[in-house]
Amino acid sequence: MEQASYILSQVINGLQLGAVYALIALGYTMVYGILRLINFAHGDIFMLGAFIAYFLLSRFGMPIYLVFLATMAVTALAGYLMEKIAYKPLRNAPKISLLITAVGVSLFLEYFCSLKAVFTPDYIAFPRPFEVETYNFSLGGLEFSFTNIQVLIFAITFSALVLLYLLIYRTKQGKAMRAVSYDRETAALMGINIDNTVSLTFMVGAALAGMGGILYAMAYPQINVFMGIMPGIKSFIAAVLGGIGIIHGAVIGGLIVGTSEVIVSAFLSSTYRDGVIFIILLIVLLVKPSGIFGKRIDKV
Amino acid sequence: MTAVLEVDRLTKSFGGIQAVDGISFKVPPGETLGIIGPNGAGKTTVFNLITRFYTPDSGDIRFMGRSVTHLAPHRLARLGIGRTFQNLRLFRELTVAENITSAYLSGNRYSPFAGIFRTDRHSVVEKKAWQKAYTLMDFLGLAGKGDAPAGSLPYGEQRRLELARALAIEPKLLLIDEPGAGMNPREIRDLVETLRDVKKRFNLTIIMIEHQMGLVMNISDHILVMDFGEKIMQGTPAEVRRDARVIEAYLGEEGPA
Amino acid sequence: MRFFLESKRHILLALVIYAALRLLFSLGIVSEYIEQVVIYVFIVILAATGLNVIYGYTGQFSLGHAAFYGIGAYTSAYLAKTSGLESIFFFPATILAGGLMAALVAYVIGIPILRLRDDFLGIATLGFGILVRVFFDNSDRISEVLGGSRGFTGIVKLTNLETAFFVTVFLLLVTRNLITSRYGLFWRCIKEDETASASIGINTARMKLMAFVYGCFLAGVAGALYAHLYTFLHPSNFDFLRSIDFLIIVILGGMGNIAGTIYAGFIWVGFIEGLRIALPGNILDLRWVFIPLLLIALMMWRPYGLMTKKKG
Ligand SMILES: Nc1ncnc2c1ncn2[C@@H]1O[C@H](COP(=O)(O)OP(=O)(O)OP(=O)(O)O)[C@@H](O)[C@H]1O
Ligand SMILES: [Mg+2]
Repeated sequence: MEQASYILSQVINGLQLGAVYALIALGYTMVYGILRLINFAHGDIFMLGAFIAYFLLSRFGMPIYLVFLATMAVTALAGYLMEKIAYKPLRNAPKISLLITAVGVSLFLEYFCSLKAVFTPDYIAFPRPFEVETYNFSLGGLEFSFTNIQVLIFAITFSALVLLYLLIYRTKQGKAMRAVSYDRETAALMGINIDNTVSLTFMVGAALAGMGGILYAMAYPQINVFMGIMPGIKSFIAAVLGGIGIIHGAVIGGLIVGTSEVIVSAFLSSTYRDGVIFIILLIVLLVKPSGIFGKRIDKV
Repeated sequence: MTAVLEVDRLTKSFGGIQAVDGISFKVPPGETLGIIGPNGAGKTTVFNLITRFYTPDSGDIRFMGRSVTHLAPHRLARLGIGRTFQNLRLFRELTVAENITSAYLSGNRYSPFAGIFRTDRHSVVEKKAWQKAYTLMDFLGLAGKGDAPAGSLPYGEQRRLELARALAIEPKLLLIDEPGAGMNPREIRDLVETLRDVKKRFNLTIIMIEHQMGLVMNISDHILVMDFGEKIMQGTPAEVRRDARVIEAYLGEEGPA
Repeated sequence: MRFFLESKRHILLALVIYAALRLLFSLGIVSEYIEQVVIYVFIVILAATGLNVIYGYTGQFSLGHAAFYGIGAYTSAYLAKTSGLESIFFFPATILAGGLMAALVAYVIGIPILRLRDDFLGIATLGFGILVRVFFDNSDRISEVLGGSRGFTGIVKLTNLETAFFVTVFLLLVTRNLITSRYGLFWRCIKEDETASASIGINTARMKLMAFVYGCFLAGVAGALYAHLYTFLHPSNFDFLRSIDFLIIVILGGMGNIAGTIYAGFIWVGFIEGLRIALPGNILDLRWVFIPLLLIALMMWRPYGLMTKKKG
């Protein structure tokens, strides 16, 4: 029983991490869907989110809901500028030069932010806007607990997901996004404004990543300019796991990656946690090359 | 004499669509079989099943008396089944000559070691490959284009290059998917001539999918008519022309050619 | 013999370049640091050529090339250190062992993952790179010598201009001959159209695996040379960014262009190391702000590589 309780608490911790990955993976999967670009700089938007929130909290003592709104607005702007400045000129170039550019943008953001005049190369402590509280539950002998941060993370991720679904399936803009990701040329012929749609996709993705950055920093309150690299890569893997371009696939993929990472850390060793992701990815891709929810038809 | 190709109750469905529905036929050596049928009848799918680009749901395929249903595409090519594609699939960035030598070299080997250290074996095989390429280019009216990238050729020449590439594997059976597509009547007449020459010279058995009635009636010994994945009938061109079902299913739509 | 005869122009050119470099190094005109950078350039060119075979010629997207470079480095350093073969006489054997180990791992991993295509293959190789990194980080659990996340120290320095230069030149010639043989032709066919390749009898799975294994072999050899040049290995030397480094060189040089890879190797490494020398100490931090900006500018200016203005 004690063992079961321990496992359960680790699963809850894993889902907490997974929810953050899911928020990042959403942006990856949307951008990939629309441009077929692995936007490696997306993880750095996540980092920006954490740093912006840090400044808003520590310098201005802003209330937390305003911190969220302001941070998401700024990261959305960053996503918008990133696409307009770095990616748009390369839209008709080979895909690989676009990918290299994305790595360039990523490195630039990291090293630019690491300058003393901008942020700092060091780890800094993230000020939690409220104390951590733990709520204990017992269910038929099974003990488990939630923290208020976990509740916040789950609640916010879930609401963001609902809003995203409404945006994509209930609005004109969302319909345009789906059309462009299905077939860009045809969408353009149908009179859809490609540039605006791409911009919107980047902005929504970046806002979600910024939100993920704040939540991550609240849960693991140490931030650093390189903090986006690994979560970024893992979230992309999560998006591929779930089926790239598929919204709920990104969420499920994120939860799988987060949970397995925490479980492996708890039961094997934290140094193995990055390795297990590759194993899961490999198994999924070999069984179903287009990911868990993906579909693809090859035609000769 | 055993048939070159024997297809037995072949089926294939995609999701809800029964693309090929229990097709059987035989092609004796030296024959040209034409396959006709409306768009979406399942003709190309039959080719893709024979060459194993699609896995049949059921049925058996025998080539020269041997069951080849489970062989990988490249094995079938090496055994002697060559094909062209409905939508040209050339190696566009390779030169015209390379498109042909690659096909010849796949069946005529030398080891990596021979390639690296340029042994005699390497020189002999490479020389033959290039001779083959020049012979085929001459034969198919591509002389002098050897160094041009395949993608830079005009459409008609690309079609002929694809034929040359398929011939370079020295096939016994050649599957040609709509060779006349996008050609004007004059080009079609040339194509008929070329195909006759090819067949005689390389001693081939041919299956050809074709919409252009003039072409297919002209050079086929027998014609197989497909609709909705099924074989409606099979017979000589004259029989097919007279058959009411064919006129209804196919010729009726486009008018007799 | 014909190998050398057919390549005599390149060999002659290589000897001239070697003589010039030897002279430059022996006369002490350049600093030891620059010497090391020059040797390093040859190593990087060799590894990048391996990636060019895999990606540039065969079209198999890899984001994990550095893993094989690392496997070669760790294998050869470990072998040299534990077997006591720390002399220049056994160096060829330990270099070869590094290459073969990388090739073996590539073979084992290639069989399942090379079925994937494009970005999916990219992400799988990226994942494999992370796995190898985890392995290096934990390598001290297998053997203290490997050093785990503290790094692998105390490797003898055996790589000099001669070894790096001649190993690289020899393998570049081998690669060129492979590329111009039936194998290289098949690789290029596969890159353009796998279905058409199979239709003319090319065993695509086998040829893809061969390109991958050979390309990783080159990376392994390069890694072995690297280990014995810098005498210290750290898992972070072989991470995702190193893979990207090789990729950048392949792209700048032009996909499927060996000469281009050589030039691009010099330009890219020269630029990165040159900045270190050129920038005054107080703004050295800015180096990694400039490098990505330059990279982005290069991609916009020449998206098909430095040598090609437009896709021809
Ligand atoms: N890979 C595939 N996935 C799904 N459906 C397919 C696939 N290949 C073929 N089909 C379907 O099978 C049916 C037969 O197609 P096929 O290409 O064989 O027709 P066809 O007779 O060659 O037609 P056409 O004259 O237009 O070339 C069609 O309905 C087609 O949409
Ligand atoms: Mg067809």
